[in-house]
Amino acid sequence: MKNLVIIGAGMAAGRLVEHVSEAGGWSITLFNAEPRGTYNRIMLSPVLSGEKTYEEIVTHDDAFYEEHGVTCRFGERVISIDRTAKTVTGENGTVPYDKLVIATGSDPFMIPLPGHDLDGVIAYRDLEDTETMMGLGEGHKAVVIGGGLLGLEAAAGMHARGVDVTVVHLMGHLMERQLDEAAGYLLRKELVGRGMKVLCSSNSKEILGENGKVKALMLDNGTELPCDLLVMAVGIRPSVKLAQEAGLATGKGIHVDGQMITSDEDVLAIGECIEFDGALFGLVAPLYDQAKVAAATLAGDEATFVNRETATKLKVTGCDLFSAGDFADGEDREDIVFRDPSRGVYKRLVLQDDKLIGAVMYGDTADGGWFHGLIKDKTDISEMRDTLIFGPAFQGGGALDPMAAVAALPADAEICGCNGICKGRIVEAIEGGATDLGAVQAETKASSSCGTCTGLVEQLLAVTLGDEFELPTAKPVCGCTDLTHEDVRRLIKSSELQSQEAVWQELGWKTRNGCHVCRPAINYYLLADWPVEYQDDPQSRFVNERKHANIQKDGTFSVVPRMWGGITTPDELRAIADAADKYNVPTVKVTGGQRIDLLGVKGEDLPAIWDDLTKAGMVSGHAYAKGLRTVKTCVGTDHCRFGTQDSTGLGILLEKKLWGSWTPHKVKLAVSGCPRNCAEATCKDVGIVCVDSGYEVGVGGAAGMDVKETEPLVKVATEEEAIEWTVAFIQIYRENAKYLDRPYKWIAKVGLDWVQEQLSDDAERARLVAAFELSQSIYQKDPWAERAKEDEARKFAPLADLSLEAAE
Amino acid sequence: MSWIDIGAIEDIPLRGSRKVKTKEGCIAVFRTAEDTVFATSNVCPHKGGPLNEGIVHGNKVTCPLHNWVFDLETGEAQGADEGRIQTYAARVENGRILIDASVLGRQAA
Repeated sequence: MKNLVIIGAGMAAGRLVEHVSEAGGWSITLFNAEPRGTYNRIMLSPVLSGEKTYEEIVTHDDAFYEEHGVTCRFGERVISIDRTAKTVTGENGTVPYDKLVIATGSDPFMIPLPGHDLDGVIAYRDLEDTETMMGLGEGHKAVVIGGGLLGLEAAAGMHARGVDVTVVHLMGHLMERQLDEAAGYLLRKELVGRGMKVLCSSNSKEILGENGKVKALMLDNGTELPCDLLVMAVGIRPSVKLAQEAGLATGKGIHVDGQMITSDEDVLAIGECIEFDGALFGLVAPLYDQAKVAAATLAGDEATFVNRETATKLKVTGCDLFSAGDFADGEDREDIVFRDPSRGVYKRLVLQDDKLIGAVMYGDTADGGWFHGLIKDKTDISEMRDTLIFGPAFQGGGALDPMAAVAALPADAEICGCNGICKGRIVEAIEGGATDLGAVQAETKASSSCGTCTGLVEQLLAVTLGDEFELPTAKPVCGCTDLTHEDVRRLIKSSELQSQEAVWQELGWKTRNGCHVCRPAINYYLLADWPVEYQDDPQSRFVNERKHANIQKDGTFSVVPRMWGGITTPDELRAIADAADKYNVPTVKVTGGQRIDLLGVKGEDLPAIWDDLTKAGMVSGHAYAKGLRTVKTCVGTDHCRFGTQDSTGLGILLEKKLWGSWTPHKVKLAVSGCPRNCAEATCKDVGIVCVDSGYEVGVGGAAGMDVKETEPLVKVATEEEAIEWTVAFIQIYRENAKYLDRPYKWIAKVGLDWVQEQLSDDAERARLVAAFELSQSIYQKDPWAERAKEDEARKFAPLADLSLEAAE
Repeated sequence: MSWIDIGAIEDIPLRGSRKVKTKEGCIAVFRTAEDTVFATSNVCPHKGGPLNEGIVHGNKVTCPLHNWVFDLETGEAQGADEGRIQTYAARVENGRILIDASVLGRQAA
């Protein structure tokens, strides 16, 4: 009998022993550094969560190996391989071989953060790691670095045992290798809903310790996450050291050919330690294939390993997700997307040339196997394309329900914010006989104040009454949804939707990530309603707000620095003149908003001209923004013989308070020092006219496509009150108006009476001012100064300049 | 086909675009939400708007000047508008963006 030595007794090796002993003819010696036989490593997660015991996941125990005549050298490390003498030397002696199989598997990758060698910092790889996590005990804290398959299983397993777990993930969404953003969003939502903390886009900086034991993880933003155990699950590396030292060809893994033979014809390698055709392996299906091929090679039979499509499932009870194949966008590829917000279901199929090439599913993965089959078999799906996404059981059915989002809301979801009316109360009224909008308004007061929830109340009528209610046709935001702006705004608040992915999924968006019409609107609604939770997305803004300059018809830009209340100084004027000279600005114009516009600046020059203006003490005038533009003033009591108050001073105070805030549309203010109204305050969004006895605050003026005089909002005695009312008005407009409605249009919808009623309530006015200030604490930053810095400035230059490269 | 390396994928924001200068004017390079890259002429056939400043949604871009929408795979204008932008082969390899070297010899758009 010839001698076969196998190094490593993992899953691939266990399967190999089965195949080889079936064929017979070999005397087998099996080395394993772990002091035990073969167990199903991928089932460690159910052991961790307590759903299985270790005994249940053992696949090949000592008895199995004894029965098959295998000499087991468990718990013994292999020190070296001598390929000339054809021997393997372990800690307890040397064995000769005719054929050698290396199945050393992989090592977990440990990020070399400061403190990674502290006690209580572990990987998630073997039974010892699993037992350490199991021993942590209820009420303790753990941090898991890595939001991939393994990291999440570790986190969920510990969470199931009562541990307080935080997952820290470098990328923007969980399991980015297996899932797209939409499915990653649903997974995160599920885990957070269970009480786990999940931090995405988070970079670890240092592991802090005390007396040699881990105490906390510090992120690069300074956040400290206290923990008793830190698990690193950021990936694995093929274990190639032994093969390398023996002089075998290695790259990322041990190089093998299709017969699993290494660069030495008497040495084979299988499993996670190999590299085949540039690919590495971490899932179990290809490992089993490799074991089979290696057994055939050893028997002298012909067999070739083929790297086939593998599917992924997360072993966390209750998180149903599935991914297979290639689901990146690409040329000639098409998507079929299906979302059912009420059941938390998302499915996406990727097609190319009438074949299915990728699938991602969350929430309902029952058809995963079927889709995986279509991918593997490269089945032509052109015949069933229209119904493909419904799976094999599809028997025909109705169209998707556009009202699913409203139907899915819980009974205590607030529908009418003005009157605090929940869905349950409205449904109760409808079932009690209120069968039209007027009756619901009379019965519950819902939608009887500002009216922005009217669309939702009507949908509730339709959902509750079915065909008996005919839904008036409301204008949806765009082709991506059937919901109106008002519906979307209300649902973002009541369903606490805090990200774009949340909006797309929960409101059943029909496109992958919106369009140029809805994206800027949704971005505004999210940042206005969730200033702290939501991160502004520049890629969802119109060019002017992304570049912080106004694009002109020839692709150049205009630059307008802020002049507070229209007041400037000789130094500022000199800096503007110098900038105009330096950057060859073709046109310099005085604007209607009392400041100076530099027109015709090249996109590449923007950061440099901003840098010059910033150094002279100026900030962006936001002349491009759906936000505060200018506060126009007259000279007031400072110089004018008719002035009644310091209108210039009030204008400057207001501009300093309001600048940098984003609003549904642009906002222009003015303060006039007397009723002669030289600042033209009565056609502004907010216009203040000073009189002897105080300040008349008017709102809703216009002097654009429509011309309209302001309506009086309030008259107050002091400057402080004038500012307070103005800020409160801007905030209520920010919270309620449809994107791209100027205040006058919005007031026409909700009525000035409603606005006055809200703002007259002292508590509500204080809440609005506080909400505005919270938002300003985040958004009142000079965008020019930030973008004049070198890192940011680079983004304004071309990505590459090939104009000097020769053509072929 | 030969390829030119023009930069790293991270140099373009997700759902964003940057331009690349060539002797015959600029081309726009787009990165979609799914990390696919596309390269096209940067000039809208309507009024010459810079497409690299547009909003990228799905595999489409909207011109910042007058909201013409182009499919980045085919270059065709969408909806009622009629027109087409030149497209060039582009791909990502090891985190680097490669575009078809034939852009160097192209004629002015």
